[in-house]
This record gives sequence, structure tokens and C-alpha cells, in this order.
Amino acid sequence: MSHRLRTLDDGAWVSVNDRRRAGASELWRVRGVCDCPVADLLVEGIVDVGVDRRTVTARVAGRCLACSRETVTGHLAVGRFVDGSYRPVSDDAVRVTAGESARSRVGGAEPATDAGDGE
Amino acid sequence: MPTDVERWKSETYGNDIRDHLFRFAEEGWDAIPDDEHDAWFERFKWWGLYHQRTGQESYFMMRIGTPNGVLKPGQAAVVAEVAREYATGPAENPEFGDAYVDWTTRQSIQLHWIKIEDVPEIFERLEEAGLSTQQACGDSWRNIVGCPVAGKDKHEHVDALPLAERLHETYKGDDDHSNLPRKWKVSVTGCREGCGQGDINDLAFEPATKERDGEPVRGFNVRVGGGLARNEPRFARDIDVFVDPEEAVEVGGALSALFRDHGDREDRFSARMKFLVDEMGADEMRDLLQAEYVDFELDRAGEDLRDDYSYNAGGANGGHNDHVGVHEQADGSYYVGLNVLVGRMGADDTAELARLADEYGSGEVRVTQRQNVLVTDVPESDLDDLLAEPLLEDYSPDPHPFMRGSIACTGTEFCSLSIVETKNRQVRYARWLKEHVSLPDGVEDFHIHLSGCTASCAQPQIADVSLRGMKTRKDGEAVEALDIGLGGGLGEFPRFADWVTQRVPADEVPGAIDNLLGAFAGRREDGETFREFVARTDEETLADLVVPEETEYEDPYMHNTKLTWYPYAEEDGMDDGPAPTDRNGTPLADD
Repeated sequence: MSHRLRTLDDGAWVSVNDRRRAGASELWRVRGVCDCPVADLLVEGIVDVGVDRRTVTARVAGRCLACSRETVTGHLAVGRFVDGSYRPVSDDAVRVTAGESARSRVGGAEPATDAGDGE
Repeated sequence: MPTDVERWKSETYGNDIRDHLFRFAEEGWDAIPDDEHDAWFERFKWWGLYHQRTGQESYFMMRIGTPNGVLKPGQAAVVAEVAREYATGPAENPEFGDAYVDWTTRQSIQLHWIKIEDVPEIFERLEEAGLSTQQACGDSWRNIVGCPVAGKDKHEHVDALPLAERLHETYKGDDDHSNLPRKWKVSVTGCREGCGQGDINDLAFEPATKERDGEPVRGFNVRVGGGLARNEPRFARDIDVFVDPEEAVEVGGALSALFRDHGDREDRFSARMKFLVDEMGADEMRDLLQAEYVDFELDRAGEDLRDDYSYNAGGANGGHNDHVGVHEQADGSYYVGLNVLVGRMGADDTAELARLADEYGSGEVRVTQRQNVLVTDVPESDLDDLLAEPLLEDYSPDPHPFMRGSIACTGTEFCSLSIVETKNRQVRYARWLKEHVSLPDGVEDFHIHLSGCTASCAQPQIADVSLRGMKTRKDGEAVEALDIGLGGGLGEFPRFADWVTQRVPADEVPGAIDNLLGAFAGRREDGETFREFVARTDEETLADLVVPEETEYEDPYMHNTKLTWYPYAEEDGMDDGPAPTDRNGTPLADD
């Protein structure tokens, strides 16, 4: 079964099957993006979306609140399909960069963007 | 590769969207195919409808464009009626109740909780009154802004209202200009104070004089490529062109066409006119405009009035910083500017405003870029009676500076882009500051703009204190926070705020402003404005002066309001709301 994945609202959201599912501005725990054992990553924009088998992934731009390093991550899990239904990754989960296969883009995902739709 | 948005636009866009909108309205929310939501919601923007954020599915924000902020006699009453009847949702806002009107920073009107099923009726009501939502959003000519007292200002250089109206009539709905690479924001200013805020628009017509055949001709200089969104603010750049009012209509269309043809359609991140000007440069843009888009020889820029600009400029030269208060018009009557805290007014209050405008003025109401409203054409003999009306106790023509200077965007209450709650928070900030914080002697204007994200709808970069939504962690919990910038404003020498302190927990921001103003009072030189103080103080020192601190101020919105269905609901979990609902507000089974 194919799914529609794209960034929406100029990089503010990951849209999965026409629903906003994972948004910028959240705090994610991520391993391997800075020197901190686990980064407290403030997600500032969704750069790209991808899929790795049943896992929906996103590359994000952000900064670690602990060490202030700015980074663009590799593909991190944002959710997965279980029995056809989408389930988001828990906010408390420690995320790690997914393999290269996650880079395959599907559904006409949009290129790198940032929030910017002021009135 | 074209973006999804460009692909959707290439299939259906512009005026054609209306028929689809009406079809969905007739068939109901469920008729919009699930796998086409993203596409249709993007297209609906062109007709002024934004789908509200996650948790509020099937509800829309509706924006009504009022060129130059002018509501003609009778129109404000219709807006109030529409708000009262249709802009009601499943939960109340604790500060504003149910059914309210937002006056916006682009002199427009926004209503919330609109059902798609009601759109045809609403359009009929609005259009009968000469109002429209057409192109209030989307990739096209947005609402044209300008000095809200154009044609009435006692000292204006040229009446710019006819130009704003002609641009609106010529290019709104014109298929040649209906699908641009990105939004197209136009400002027309004819006054001496710079109230049109042209510097932050894609296209700005600014007052100027040019000698032609030995005679001074009043018209406009042209600037392009201003804008605040993302973290890439730009002031509009001078392309060394003067136009008289007649030529301005053609040049406005020519620049729109140039943007249509040369703007970036492959990357919406870089699509705005400001990036095209960055890439091309002002000289090359002028050359291209001359060579391919206009049929007459462009004149070089005339003498401008920028050294007189005072609007939102920090108060250094003594001119108008806003339009609040009682001011004499050129015809000897008066306009009365009412302060609308964060731009939000209940539907009943809006109806009362319309009544006052009708009884004391010409019936006209005008909207400013500082989210305030004006009653115009009031005879001197009626001023006292108008000023004694009860409505003016809540919307004062002589407000405290912290109330007067507050601007806030929509925020997480409805907007999918915002990171934090804004309007209610800014109301609470203003009240607390008024109660607890003193401004130094002689400081009568102090602008605090709160924007929920980098889209910058509250124009945060051009305020004395700029606040922008963020998140941080406090006591181990993720909380709403704000970046704090200082010293921005327009005027002869416009300047964007310096973001001196980042991620201040929202409940510590009032304390930070209190500490900052205390330091300003202590270090201030004679008669110095806050903006001048910031300009002469290095960034490191400024950062040291912004000391976040918990105070008696209480912030009920510290939790992640973006992850609620509605931030003020008693049960606010994402699954606790009724959305999506049918045309009667009855919950529909979600898929």
C-alpha cells in the first residue's frame, strides 16, 4: 500500500496521507547529532521526508538546547504504519539516524523549507 | 522538479476554485476526498480560507481583504453580523468569549471557526455589501495596504487611496496575475509619516516628487523585495524609479508579471520577491523591468519624504507613531483612533463600532497596520459625545503605552504554523506590565510585538521589544518560550531587532521586560528613545540587561498548546475535541 508523504506549510509539518502528523518546534531526544550523549533537539524545520519500510522518517534542522549546536539531521523516525494505521513515535523516544534506504522519497515530498507564511 | 503546491496550482487555481468550494459546501465537509485535503486546503487559501490546525479539522479561518483598510459605510455592520452568526466554535476563549473579529496587521479581517458549508451564504452576505475574501491568502496579490487615513490626512503628500483602489480593481481576479510563485504584498503610501510600512512589502509605492517639464509632479518612488518571514528579513530595495499615479498602475502589474515569470517555483523556501531581488540586484531588476515589462521610459527616482517618516519609528522625530487618538482631518472634521488590544474585538462590540461610526461619522471604519480601528469624518461638535460612549472605555483613544503598543498574531489557538499561544498571552502581558512596570519619563510609545513563529505575522522584527515563539525546557519539562529581540522599527533608517536573548520561558518574559526597562531608565541619556538606546548599546550588554525572572505574573499556557485541540478547553487533549464536525457542528466519525 502506498502512502502520501510530504512536508507541509513550508516545512512546519510532516504530512502523512493528508494529515499533519509531526511538527517543527517540538523537542526531540536524538543520539549522534552533537557531542551530548543524547541531544535535546529543538526541531526548527522539516527538511525532507522519507520512508524506510514501514517507518516514516524526516530530516530536520534544529539545535541542541544543551550544547547549542545547530544541525541538519539524517533521517529520524517520526512514526510507523502498524496494520495500515499510522502511529507516531513517542515524544520520549531516543531517536537515531536511520539507514540510507530511508532516503528514498515517496509521494512527491517537497524540498527543504521553513515556516514562512506570514499574512 | 515542481513542488506539490505548484502541481496543485497548475491543475486548479484562481477563480476556478470557487465552483469547487461551493460544491464541497453543498455536499459537506466529507465530500472533500481524504487524499486531496492538502491540495484543496492549499487552493482554498486563494479564496481567503485557511484550514485551521490539527484538532480543529473541518473548521476554517476566513480572511476578508479590505483595500487600504477601508470599510465603507455599512460594511463593518455586515462583518459583525457574519461574525456573530458564523464565527462561533465548539469552545469559548476565556478572554474574548465566542464570535469575534480580528483586525490584522495587513488591514484585513479574520474570522474563525467557519464551516465550509456556510461559505456560500457568507460570500453572498459579504459580496452584497461590497466585501470579498478573494485573494486574501494564496500565491497572488494580497490585500493592498497603505496609510489608513489616505485622502483625509491633513498633511499628506498625495492621496494614495485612488491608486490602492485601482491596483485592487485591476489585478484582483486578473488571470494573468492570479498564480504567482508566492504571495505578493503591495503597499501604497501617500502620507508623510510612512504609515503604509512599504519597507516590509514585496512592492512599495512611496511618496515622492519629480520635476517634469519644469513642474513638480507628485507621485511615488518604487521599492521592491521587502518582507519579514522566515529568519530572512529584508527591507524593500530602491530600484530608482519614479511613477505618477497613472504610471503606477502599469508598473505595479509589470513588476507582478516580472515576479510571475522569474520567481523561483521549484523551492518555496526561496520564492519570495526578496530573494529574486537578492539574486538579481536592484539595477538588473530595473533594466529587466524597462526592457521587457513596460512600454514607456521609466523615470529615475524623485525626491522622497523618508526623513519625515515617523510611523512605528520609535518616536524620535515627534510624528505619528500610530493612529490612536483624536486627530483633525484635512476637511476640518476628525478621526478617532481606537486601541484594540491585540486586534481582537467581539462581534457585538464590532456592531457597536459600526453604529458609532454611523451615528457620529460618515459610517466608514478604517483598519490600521497596528491592529487598531478608526472612526472617520466626525464633526468637531460631535467629538465629546463620541468620546463619552461606553465602547471607548474598552477600546480607548488614549490607552496606556503597554496596551497601545501590543500586537499579537493568531497563535496556536488556530494557526498550524505557530509554536506558542499568543493573543491571550499578550493580553495578560500588557495588563501585568501596565500594573507593575513604569516607563521612563516621556516614553509614551513602547511597542511589543508577539509572533508565534518566524512567519512574522505580528511583525516582530520592527518593534521596541520583539517576541517570537520558541520552546525550551524548564525544570525538566518542555515549555513555551520566546526569543527576545530589541530595537527594531521603521522610519528614515529602518532597523530590524537584534535577537539578543533566546528561549526565555514565557512566564519569565514580563520579568525580563521589567528588568530591561529598569536598566534603560538607569542608563538613559537625556530624552533618549528606547530605540536610540538600543542602537548605541552593544549586543552583549543588551543581552545582559534582559534578565529573565519569575514574577507574580502567571502564565496558564506554558504547556505545549500546539498539541491541544484548543488551548483553553477544559479537556484540551488532541482527542477531546469534537472535530471534524458536520454542517451543524455534530461530530463526524474520524478515519
